[in-house]
Amino acid sequence: MRSTGQDQKKAISIWQRLHIDVPLLLGILTLLALGLFLVYSAKGQETAYVYLKARSIGVALLGMFIVAQIPPLAYRKWAVPVFVVGLLMLLSVLLFGHVGKGAQRWLDLGFIKFQPSEIMKLIVPIMIAWFVSQDNLPVRLSTVIQAFILVLLPTLLIAKQPDLGTSLLIASSGIFVIFLAGASWKLISVCIALTSAFIPILWMFLMKPYQKQRVLTFLNPEQDPLGSGYHIIQSKIAIGSGGIEGKGWLQGTQSQLEFLPERHTDFIFSVFSEEFGLVGVTALLAVYLFVVMRGLWIAVNAQQAFTKLLAGSLTLTFFVYVFVNIGMVSGLLPVVGVPLPLVSFGGTSMVTLLLGFGILMAISTHRRFHA
Amino acid sequence: MPPRRNVIRNQSAEANLFARRTFITFCGVVVILLLLLGNIYSLQVESFEKYKTRSNSNRIKLVAVAPNRGLIFDRNGVLLADNKPVYSLEVIAEDVDDIKASIAQVSSLLDISPERQERFFKNMKSNRRFKPVELHSRLSDQQVALFSVNQHKFPGIFVNARLKRYYPFSDLTTHTLGYVARINRKDANKLEQEGKSDNYAATYAIGRLGIERYYEDVLHGFIGHQEVEINNQGRVIRTLNYTPPIPGKDLTLSLDIELQMIAKRALSGKRGAIVAMDPRSGEILAMYSNPSYDGNLFVHGISSKNYKKLLNSSDLPLINRSVQGYPPASTVKPFLALTGLEEKVITPSTKIYDPGWYQLDGLPNKYRDWKPWGHGMVDLTTAIEQSCNIYFYDLAFKLGITKISTMMEKFGFGDYTGVDIHEESRAIMPSVAWKRERYKKSWYTGETLSVGIGQSYWTVTPLQLAQALTTLVNHGERKIPHLLKASSELIIESNGNAYHQVTPIVYEPRAPLEINDEKNWDVVLKAMHNTVQKPSATAYKPFKGTKYDASGKTGSAQVARIKQDEKYDAESTSENKRDNAMFIAFAPYNNPEIVVSVAIENVEKGGGATNAAPVARQIMDQYFGNRDIKAEIKTAKVQTKASINNTKQTRETD
Repeated sequence: MRSTGQDQKKAISIWQRLHIDVPLLLGILTLLALGLFLVYSAKGQETAYVYLKARSIGVALLGMFIVAQIPPLAYRKWAVPVFVVGLLMLLSVLLFGHVGKGAQRWLDLGFIKFQPSEIMKLIVPIMIAWFVSQDNLPVRLSTVIQAFILVLLPTLLIAKQPDLGTSLLIASSGIFVIFLAGASWKLISVCIALTSAFIPILWMFLMKPYQKQRVLTFLNPEQDPLGSGYHIIQSKIAIGSGGIEGKGWLQGTQSQLEFLPERHTDFIFSVFSEEFGLVGVTALLAVYLFVVMRGLWIAVNAQQAFTKLLAGSLTLTFFVYVFVNIGMVSGLLPVVGVPLPLVSFGGTSMVTLLLGFGILMAISTHRRFHA
Repeated sequence: MPPRRNVIRNQSAEANLFARRTFITFCGVVVILLLLLGNIYSLQVESFEKYKTRSNSNRIKLVAVAPNRGLIFDRNGVLLADNKPVYSLEVIAEDVDDIKASIAQVSSLLDISPERQERFFKNMKSNRRFKPVELHSRLSDQQVALFSVNQHKFPGIFVNARLKRYYPFSDLTTHTLGYVARINRKDANKLEQEGKSDNYAATYAIGRLGIERYYEDVLHGFIGHQEVEINNQGRVIRTLNYTPPIPGKDLTLSLDIELQMIAKRALSGKRGAIVAMDPRSGEILAMYSNPSYDGNLFVHGISSKNYKKLLNSSDLPLINRSVQGYPPASTVKPFLALTGLEEKVITPSTKIYDPGWYQLDGLPNKYRDWKPWGHGMVDLTTAIEQSCNIYFYDLAFKLGITKISTMMEKFGFGDYTGVDIHEESRAIMPSVAWKRERYKKSWYTGETLSVGIGQSYWTVTPLQLAQALTTLVNHGERKIPHLLKASSELIIESNGNAYHQVTPIVYEPRAPLEINDEKNWDVVLKAMHNTVQKPSATAYKPFKGTKYDASGKTGSAQVARIKQDEKYDAESTSENKRDNAMFIAFAPYNNPEIVVSVAIENVEKGGGATNAAPVARQIMDQYFGNRDIKAEIKTAKVQTKASINNTKQTRETD
């Protein structure tokens, strides 16, 4: 045993001591670097935005590194109190929150302004993973129902802000945990059926007019080409006119001449598609697939149900970003405010994502010490 | 939430379950990625052409570029119509948030009159919201500077530099040259109907009068296009392609600006018109109507105050008198004499007795001569020299109205001369048919007598007189009076060489006026020569001492009807009822080079001989070399030369 331990110790590389998962880091850095180049192009070749993005990348990478040092089991201990605090913050956002862009998302604590909904993207999977992993897997029906309620609480609070994109991401992070925990297929079928039945109710009673408008626009953007359909039409023109090889970096007319709205944030994928074409899109999707595969590999190789579920959920939520963002800018999904992960300009979501990757790295590198 | 700690976990079963579920989700991830990729493929490959086109139509716009209007020169190359850069303040209503407040603010900054603001709002209403509308048409340098500093406060308001028409001789050329004015709705509709709208897309002004109007199509040129890349705000980022406009052709007129100046000076303080023409070609050397006005006022959009002043002036400056009808009075006597000879009702030696009046058999009315005691025995030549009315009453009576009007129509009276301006009047050559149509009445013989001395319904334009005289001095060879001598255009060869190609305008000759006895021309022309050269004749005094051999005929037209036995006295007659003075002349007698026709309204004293003939002499003196105002013209030439150079420069930089 001793010799094995020594061998093991020898096998532990410098990266593992730093709690860095190298393949994951490479994938992340590729995407972040691409983001810098695209923001430069999308923002009329202004370096100011590139510096801003580089700064938040630095902060976020530091955060990721710090989080990676924390043994993952520590989260299990703190899951419940942190979740409760998170819910309280969401409530206070609704009551005293700072209004920005027509939605209450920010909480101003005097010294810092932040979005509690962003933190919930991490807290919810931790909480649900903790909750369902207390029992043997596969999960039982009663646990599933309770877990659903736990997911629904923050989801509804965030949807009320209103922030459809974030609530969607949070709901899916919880649902992924439940699915990976082995919820029965029968149950899943019932849930799908119930959700379908819920859609008309959602439409008639719960959605705000602007959200309905987004859906209508999504269904027929050409109906109002200069109004609500403008974003999606211009985005599709940008993507389509890119062709196979693209117009070249800094050469996209849709983005350089500012026909494309929200170029550096939600619609950055359109800038990329216009300038790099189908070749670039395929390569980008391959990088995302690589990151997802590495995340799932970490999940499968994690040694406890809690860490498996948490790693799986974080990875799949990352993929939901990719799916929803690309789906919406290319006209497959209605426009909900979800950035292209790690590439879009915008510090908050990037910090959350990298903190999530920090947790993944912790799960990947800490397992040998608590076996 | 029951806490279930210390459960015995089946680790490998859990791991298996998790691995299975992970694999399923992984498959889902791959499927979704393929779905996304498939969708991108359909956009970028299958619909590529469609989106490429839409992307290009987003960013590429065609901007129309107005051609430079052709310049107009006089026969000696003096510039008469120039294009000068001016700065205007323009507003695109669509881009201004609070139009009323912005206009008020910018108006107080640049001291823009309420009248201009009012006009702007009126124009704004009749224009599309995204089209620029002028608030001020001619900013001073100071105003341009002041606005430029404050431009950021006025989005949607900007200074535009464009070439605008400028007439350096102002009122001297207005009636003939005409002017350009802003394209109004009526013009726009007309252009639309004629299918010219596209060519005028960038054009601001259109020829409204005179040469500018008549040769609009030649002067205008052809529109150019600039293909530009624009951003989402419509701001031009760069030029992709440029098709330059083809400038309008430059025109050289037959006018001699020096003669024109003399004409203006000779008519100063009078209402009237002068036409001077070269009978060998029909080229109009001078055509001036007094009083005139500054055509430049209209180029920049005349203020309603100025326009009302012109419109309501009792001197009617807006009318081009050279192509308006006047009673010709005795100036038509040579033509009537020719008719009499041709119709053989008289011979050169036919004499009649003039007691000072003429009476038709059985009628009480007495037709008077201008000389109360009469001329005694007169033959044809004397009748013309002395302008004996009685002789021509008798002649007219012998001819009858139909023979008169038929012959006079051959001289071009009562019809358009075909001069190249549109403002021409046909005037009136009365006839039996004309009177029946006009008044539904039959013709009276008494009216024939009045026609015999160029009165009654008969009116002629000074231009018609010059044209008829041309036919007379040419022994029947008719010329079309015209102003355009040549056009020139800039030709750019493929090797880059550029030169002006001058195309002289050729006027097809009209069928000559043929008469039975060629000698009759000289009888009449000789009588006109005597009229000027014989000391006893009517026009001797005004032409005394000329170095050239002039001929002519005077005329004094009654404007007010004078009752029987009433004596006309100019001083006791109100100004607008006083006689008009007329004069026609040509020189030299052998091989005439110039014909002149003069009409002066409501003269204070005397008739054609004392008022109109001296005016014609000044023109001829100038023409034949008495250039006493050479110095004055020289300075004017220097000024116009400077502006020609400017124009050349702006054209080269275009």
